[in-house]
Amino acid sequence: MDFNFSETQTMLRESLARFLRERYDFDTRQKMLASPGGRDPAVWQAFAQELGILGAPFPEAMGGLGGGHVENMVIMEELGRAIAVEPYLDTCVVGGAALMRAGGAMAEALVPAIVRGEVIIGFAWAEPKSRWNPARIATRAVADGAGWRLDGHKSVVIAAPYATHLLVTARTSGEPGDAHGVSLFLIESSAPGVVRTDYPTVDGWMASEVRFDGLRVGPQALLEPEGEALPWVEELLDRAAAATCAEAAGAMRRLHELTLDYARQRVQFGQPIAKFQVIQHRLVDMLMEVEQAVSMTYQATLRLDLPAPERARAVSQAKAKIAKGARFLGQAAIQIHGGIGITQELAAGHYFKRLTMLESRYGDQDHHLARLEAQLLAEAA
Amino acid sequence: MDLSFSPEELAFRDEVRTFIAENYPPELRGKQDMGEELAKEDYLKWHRILYAKGWVAPSWPKEYGGPGWTATQRYIFSEELARADTVMILPFGINMVGPVIYTFGTLEQKARFLPRILSGEDWWCQGYSEPGAGSDLASLRTRAERVGDHYIVNGQKTWTTLAQHADWGFFLVRTDPTAKPQEGISFLLIDMKSPGITVRPIITLDGGHEVNEVWLENVKVPVENRVYEENKGWTCAKFLLAHERTGIAGVARSKRGIERLKEIARLEVDGDGRPLIANPFFRRKIVDLECDLTALEFTELRTLAGEAAGRGPGPESSLLKIKGTEIQQRITELVLEAAGHYAAPYFRAFPEGSNEYPIGPAYAHRAAPTYFNMRKTSIYGGSNEIQRNIIAKLVLGI
Repeated sequence: MDFNFSETQTMLRESLARFLRERYDFDTRQKMLASPGGRDPAVWQAFAQELGILGAPFPEAMGGLGGGHVENMVIMEELGRAIAVEPYLDTCVVGGAALMRAGGAMAEALVPAIVRGEVIIGFAWAEPKSRWNPARIATRAVADGAGWRLDGHKSVVIAAPYATHLLVTARTSGEPGDAHGVSLFLIESSAPGVVRTDYPTVDGWMASEVRFDGLRVGPQALLEPEGEALPWVEELLDRAAAATCAEAAGAMRRLHELTLDYARQRVQFGQPIAKFQVIQHRLVDMLMEVEQAVSMTYQATLRLDLPAPERARAVSQAKAKIAKGARFLGQAAIQIHGGIGITQELAAGHYFKRLTMLESRYGDQDHHLARLEAQLLAEAA
Repeated sequence: MDLSFSPEELAFRDEVRTFIAENYPPELRGKQDMGEELAKEDYLKWHRILYAKGWVAPSWPKEYGGPGWTATQRYIFSEELARADTVMILPFGINMVGPVIYTFGTLEQKARFLPRILSGEDWWCQGYSEPGAGSDLASLRTRAERVGDHYIVNGQKTWTTLAQHADWGFFLVRTDPTAKPQEGISFLLIDMKSPGITVRPIITLDGGHEVNEVWLENVKVPVENRVYEENKGWTCAKFLLAHERTGIAGVARSKRGIERLKEIARLEVDGDGRPLIANPFFRRKIVDLECDLTALEFTELRTLAGEAAGRGPGPESSLLKIKGTEIQQRITELVLEAAGHYAAPYFRAFPEGSNEYPIGPAYAHRAAPTYFNMRKTSIYGGSNEIQRNIIAKLVLGI
């Protein structure tokens, strides 16, 4: 057992943290969000060219750094600290992993392009009626000559407005909810038949409703054996949930610091409110949620390669715990800030909004507790 | 970062597991299964077996008789003890006064006391709290006056756990009443057979005799029984409390407790006739509790990794104490809920000539008393509110 980061991992963290401190402070972030397109594409380019972090989880032969889940975790924690609106999770944790597993010419072309910052991938798995269940999808893909024809509606696809590609789940057979019949496709966003409605999200990101209206794709777009993609999609969602935990842990740590600083400065009744025991104990309870979020992120991340039941248990425990902790911490942070906390002026409120969305991203507390209950029942039977 | 055990660590785990299986006294197992109260000799039996093996003090440095294990080995050892549900090693000698003596004591004190702590020859108790000094421990008033080469001690201690069995006690006493509260305290080792000591039982809500009042009237204590400098006892007291708190997380024991809870929830049924474990409300409480336990476990592992890297147990141990005791208490709440009707019958002991209770399932008997008893955990060792004060001051700096 070893809880230490390697020297390379520490350097990765420090260089990204420095970059975000210097070039992604809160005011700069707010200016980016207000600009056309809702982001500054130069940041992603700097991630690729200056920092080289977009290759973190990919093999050196593909231009990457040869890292894995722990590198993803380190990067996501730091992005969370800065509430950065950069699609690392979607592109590198999920999209790149799907390509690496599929292999072949497409992976050899696209993974190095991800590393160079040229390819951005959105993950189109959710639908209006699917909630958090990746099997409860209605989007259809039917054989069309050598390729496929897709029809359907994907919900709230993060980063889709500027993504070059979309990773899409669709049914090649069966009905919504069936374990079999789910297939996985990688498509180009610009293909005719992809109809997007773009919009901003409450936490500062850009997303799209994506409709496929007779979208025709070639045979190479199918990444997994037809109809048998669900176990891999579930694994991708577990990786995404673990990365979301890391992002939340980073955002929670920062929001706690901001709140502590505020409580030290804010004077009422002739003294800083940090002198009041009721505030001190609240700040301690918040700190305990931060530490537990970090601990849970480690355990989920380090168990991502275990067999599916153990992996799912680790991730669901982490996501459920962090969903609860993030809500508690976010609400307490706003409460301690008082009136100024509910304005757009301070960073604290923006961390609160991001954490609120992260609570349910890739499954909310109820979803993950239900997954754990299913395991409990299976063991008891 | 890596969670897996090395082949050597796996071999160590098997060695520990086999040793426990082959050496744990079956009569203890029987008493535990029936929920019988344990006697002094029961605790000592297992203590001596571990002592003979050299495993009774996992965290002690090798030079004082510890096994010289890594943090991971200590983790494996405590996991295996909990897995086998062994009786606990009483902490007063091994985890409390022992580390104080080998850290602050003289060569003579080490030679005199440490071997007898290890062997179990001396049973220790802790004289900290007083009727007027609970959370505000530094306000303690038990007075020790220096007369030649002795102190004369007068005062009253309370909540002294298992003092009825104790051969020795470690006491915080006031040696300078004019100094600031923390600066006039000394740490004394007192022979419990000294004239002037009276131990009176306090019966707790579960009906058990676990804690006591200890009265000291003109008790003569040789000066050589003072650990560390006169009036510097608070340093020892704080050191001991930080050591005490890490063990207090009780992760491995709580894992075992949740397993037992699940066993009970499989046997009990809800109003719809399904096993309680399948009841949507009850099963959610179980999985939610397990999430909290995993979070505690990995927070403790991070703390242990920090200790292995050279940082002693610091204020982080307060977090482990708060969360660990909350979880221990919640387990007892859920066992109580699961016991249903049969949480109510109360028998102080087995009926004459029987070794079981006449009413209800065995697991239900201890459910309510254990729940009542475990309310102590968020109060002792520095209440959970005091732990929050410690974190606020030492970690947050406010």
